[in-house]
Amino acid sequence: MVMGYSLGELSSIFAMQAFAGLILFSVFLLMALGLAIIFGQMGVINMAHGEFMILGAYMTYLTSHGFQTYLPGAYAIYFFVAMAIAFIASGAIGLAVEWLLIRHLYVRPLDTLLATWGLSLIMQQAFRSIFGAREVGVQLPDWMMGALSVTDVIEVQINGLFVMALTLIITGIVALLLFRSTWGLQVRAVVTNRTMSGAVGIDTRRIDRLTFGLGCGIAGIAGSAFTMIGSTGPTAGQLYIVDTFLVVVFGGAQSLLGTVASALTISQSQSTLEFFLSGSMAKVLTLLIVIGLLMLRPQGLFALKVRR
Amino acid sequence: MFDVRNLNVAYGQSDVLHGIDLTVAPGEIVAVIGRNGMGKSTLMKSLIGVIPTKSGHVRVDGAVLTALPSHARVAYGLAYVPQGRQIFGTMTVKENIQTGLVVTGESKVPDEIYSLFPILWEFEKRRAGNLSGGQQQQLAIARALASNPKILLLDEPTEGVQPSVIKDIAKVLKEIRQLRNLCIVVCEQVLSFVLDVADRILVMENGRIVHSDSRDQVDEAAIARFLAV
Ligand SMILES: Nc1ncnc2c1ncn2[C@@H]1O[C@H](COP(=O)(O)OP(=O)(O)O)[C@@H](O)[C@H]1O
Ligand SMILES: [Mg+2]
Repeated sequence: MVMGYSLGELSSIFAMQAFAGLILFSVFLLMALGLAIIFGQMGVINMAHGEFMILGAYMTYLTSHGFQTYLPGAYAIYFFVAMAIAFIASGAIGLAVEWLLIRHLYVRPLDTLLATWGLSLIMQQAFRSIFGAREVGVQLPDWMMGALSVTDVIEVQINGLFVMALTLIITGIVALLLFRSTWGLQVRAVVTNRTMSGAVGIDTRRIDRLTFGLGCGIAGIAGSAFTMIGSTGPTAGQLYIVDTFLVVVFGGAQSLLGTVASALTISQSQSTLEFFLSGSMAKVLTLLIVIGLLMLRPQGLFALKVRR
Repeated sequence: MFDVRNLNVAYGQSDVLHGIDLTVAPGEIVAVIGRNGMGKSTLMKSLIGVIPTKSGHVRVDGAVLTALPSHARVAYGLAYVPQGRQIFGTMTVKENIQTGLVVTGESKVPDEIYSLFPILWEFEKRRAGNLSGGQQQQLAIARALASNPKILLLDEPTEGVQPSVIKDIAKVLKEIRQLRNLCIVVCEQVLSFVLDVADRILVMENGRIVHSDSRDQVDEAAIARFLAV
């Protein structure tokens, strides 16, 4: 007996919470992926990454509304369309931001931190003006609603499984791009030696822009997944940026696999902790882990450069 | 044709190159020889554009490259083999060559490159960082050739390379000149290598060209005096 639960009950709780954490895992993984490739490529810590996610969430919300109003018959597939729109919107704004703001600040890394933080405030205000301060949510299509029963006590949400599968596919695509595409070749060269990359003919600034756009676009997709676990509001992205840093720091093992493992561990411990403690206590514990890790291995901080 | 006029380069306040003039015809190999610290690497770096030029001009077939970033200079036909090679150690041999192919829009390594450097074909899938010094040097040359240059700049290609491989490199440079009729500028400290490959030899001292000889009438003793400390 632990805390008034029998062992059998406890293992069921853990299993249920683990499955409940699948979407959280997806959000963390997609967010961390974007943050890490941007940092690895150009040394910029994008403080507005959470807002790019929320932009994707708003796009998902708008798409679901569009479908409900104009194409109710096709509502079953709205999520796929929403993901594409979220990716394109966040990616396009990312490209624009890189061109207008970030590229002027590369020589001063601290300034990019401040500038992207300022950008996050601007984006929050823009969301408030455009979509209102009230939080909005989406309705799941019928086929994503149910749950599969694994045993008589353990159930798995279908939307969780679905979003996780999509996330793993997207992670696989990013890995393929990094290791098989010309873009990926150039990213890996620039990460290894920026000056020499320019001297062999790689337009490093163009690669920076594309990478920033791609990272923000992936954050947009994270936003689509996010609509399934939380309601979308102007400042909702702020809550996720700290967790995402934690994922990147924890996974700082120079590999995509490290990021996957880290996102899994953290989303699972968070959702399990949340069952026993209040949500804010779980957050505090998470933050304590961040600080502890930073003190233990500052050199591991953002060692992740998305290469083997 | 490659034309450099009155090139001045400085690191902050300290001037390193003072009015360098250099003209190289297609199919010509020009060697710049000089002791350590005389400004050879500074010349190469400013020509490819990884350090800024204070004043003067760099022209390729009439186009002025002086204000362009390095990747744009590569697109105009410059290619650079740096001192210390600077290959991408964590990437494979093939991927290293492909980085040079980016400006051409191709992704398949041309057969010609592998026939110049058969060892690179054999080690195509190995990590470049695991190659020997001489093999890395060949890789750096192959990577530069991949961009299909009109002008090839090499900075001390014999440094840290065994004598037998130095001979190979000299042979390859002459072969490339035959095959592609390009301008080659090579900086060196090793006189024997220079005498083997160069059509013209310039001596650099303290950022100036102080002596120039064509190979037919080279004054070996005079050049050796410049190189002696
Ligand atoms: N990054 C730098 N900053 C300041 N001075 C430099 C730098 N690199 C080289 N120098 C100076 O410029 C001069 C020429 O150096 P370099 O071009 O490397 O000579 P070489 O290649 O002929 O050995 C030397 O006096 C060296 O100290
Ligand atoms: Mg040098």
